[in-house]
Amino acid sequence: METKLKKVDIIFEDDKTISPIGILEKTIKRSADEIILDLIDSGLKGRGGAGFPTGLKWKFTRNEDSEVKYVICNADEGEPGTFKDREILDRVPEKIFTGMAICGYVIGAKEGYIYIRGEYNFLLKSIQAKLDKFNNEMKQKHIDFTIYLKSGSGAYVCGEESALFESMEGKRGEPRNKPPYPTVAGYNNKPTVINNVETLVYTTMICHMGPEKFKALGTTDSRGSKVFSVSGDTPIPGIYELELGMPLNKFVEEFGDGDAKAIQVGGASGHCVPRKKFNDTIIGFEGIPTGGSMMIFNSSRSMYNVLHDYLEFFTEESCGQCTPCRVGCQQLLKGIEAVKRGERSPSYLDDLKKLTNTMKIAAKCGLGQSVGNPFNSIVDNFREEIIY
Amino acid sequence: MTTELLVKELVEKNGRCRNSLMPILQGIVQKEHYLSEEAMLSVAKELDLSAADVYGTASFYTFLDTVPRGKNVIRVCKTITCHMKGREEIIEAISNHLKIKVGETTHDKKFTLLTANCLGWCHKGPVMLINDEVYPELTPAKTVEILEKYGKEQ
Repeated sequence: METKLKKVDIIFEDDKTISPIGILEKTIKRSADEIILDLIDSGLKGRGGAGFPTGLKWKFTRNEDSEVKYVICNADEGEPGTFKDREILDRVPEKIFTGMAICGYVIGAKEGYIYIRGEYNFLLKSIQAKLDKFNNEMKQKHIDFTIYLKSGSGAYVCGEESALFESMEGKRGEPRNKPPYPTVAGYNNKPTVINNVETLVYTTMICHMGPEKFKALGTTDSRGSKVFSVSGDTPIPGIYELELGMPLNKFVEEFGDGDAKAIQVGGASGHCVPRKKFNDTIIGFEGIPTGGSMMIFNSSRSMYNVLHDYLEFFTEESCGQCTPCRVGCQQLLKGIEAVKRGERSPSYLDDLKKLTNTMKIAAKCGLGQSVGNPFNSIVDNFREEIIY
Repeated sequence: MTTELLVKELVEKNGRCRNSLMPILQGIVQKEHYLSEEAMLSVAKELDLSAADVYGTASFYTFLDTVPRGKNVIRVCKTITCHMKGREEIIEAISNHLKIKVGETTHDKKFTLLTANCLGWCHKGPVMLINDEVYPELTPAKTVEILEKYGKEQ
């Protein structure tokens, strides 16, 4: 029986028969509605982590009545344990540009922006050179769409879409209240499609190969494949494009070092799965979703240190505008330190869990809302490691 | 070039509007390694914003420093996987070599040592940035070698 996970080659595939701009020319001969139907039919959901259906996002923005609309590529990849977007930006940027230009055609936008995190500034020169060439080619082919590069300056929260708009508008990267959603009022308060790097490449590839081939991969709830960033205690760290909906035990068999005790699925804001749950955990929207980050911890690792590291991260990266997140992150961090030192009784951990519930309800954006994911899953499964 | 001239040039290049604030501030940091009060006041004047508005944006972003930094800013990734792969040894090697602690700048203003949250190289940790350049798969010896190279540059 085949036990290896199915490797997929869509994102990085080097197709000699057609260039990305060739895919663009071919696609914009079709009607916008047809393209949207194909995307909806493919089942593609956003690959940044939140998993909103891409076809619907495009459709909502297309339906908005506005002279000016924007397409934005969210390349502010900051989730700990994620590095797949950097690889995509480096190796196949033309496929990203193509996805943006197709989106521009579909929704009726003339401008696109790629917002790249400041930590990836070393990529800017080569991407700009390829972008200049691409913009020129579009001009020659009378495609009325131009893409620009924008650079971030080291704020994790700017990966949150409305914080990203604020940053592009020259403001502090503080998330906005929703609604209105970006499809109605995004960058410059105009209707905006904002997609993750990987999502845009999949839109290009679905337009090229048709929705059927994509749909054939994955499960009913999690169609297609996904690029995973594998790190931690593994002999083969790196980037792998795999079918969605895989059981976690298969993943551990292939990537673990034989001694994996926990996998953090979805980065610092994701869920920690302990060994005893590997067998019945599915990686996908029906189980535990991930923006790609898979961190493997073996039995030599202290889960207290892991949780402490994540809480420090959130305490520093919380933008500070809403109280539940600003104070909540600090209190969670101080709380586990106090329990560790014996200044607080172990039952204090249960009070802290209640605090994460408050944060989930009351925090303004995904950052504060999701701190409970790592906190509860680590405290519930490794309580003795947090206390002693 | 004076700060005022640099700001004028950056405003010319990026456009005289609020949306250009980030690229303008980034441009100043690239040349002067931090945002001085003079620089921020001059941006405020050029873009017709309040100085508080400019400072508000600047102080939000880790890479837009508002205190003086060295010519080469070192940022060592401190997030969990780099932690597991030995970031402490790297920080120690840098500290020993440059005789500064995290957050400090050398007397000759050549280096500042900082830590950063996940730099996106978890499969190749430990990793550091020096200005915009990235150095993955570090060992203490390799780190010192890299620093020596930067130290020789004028």
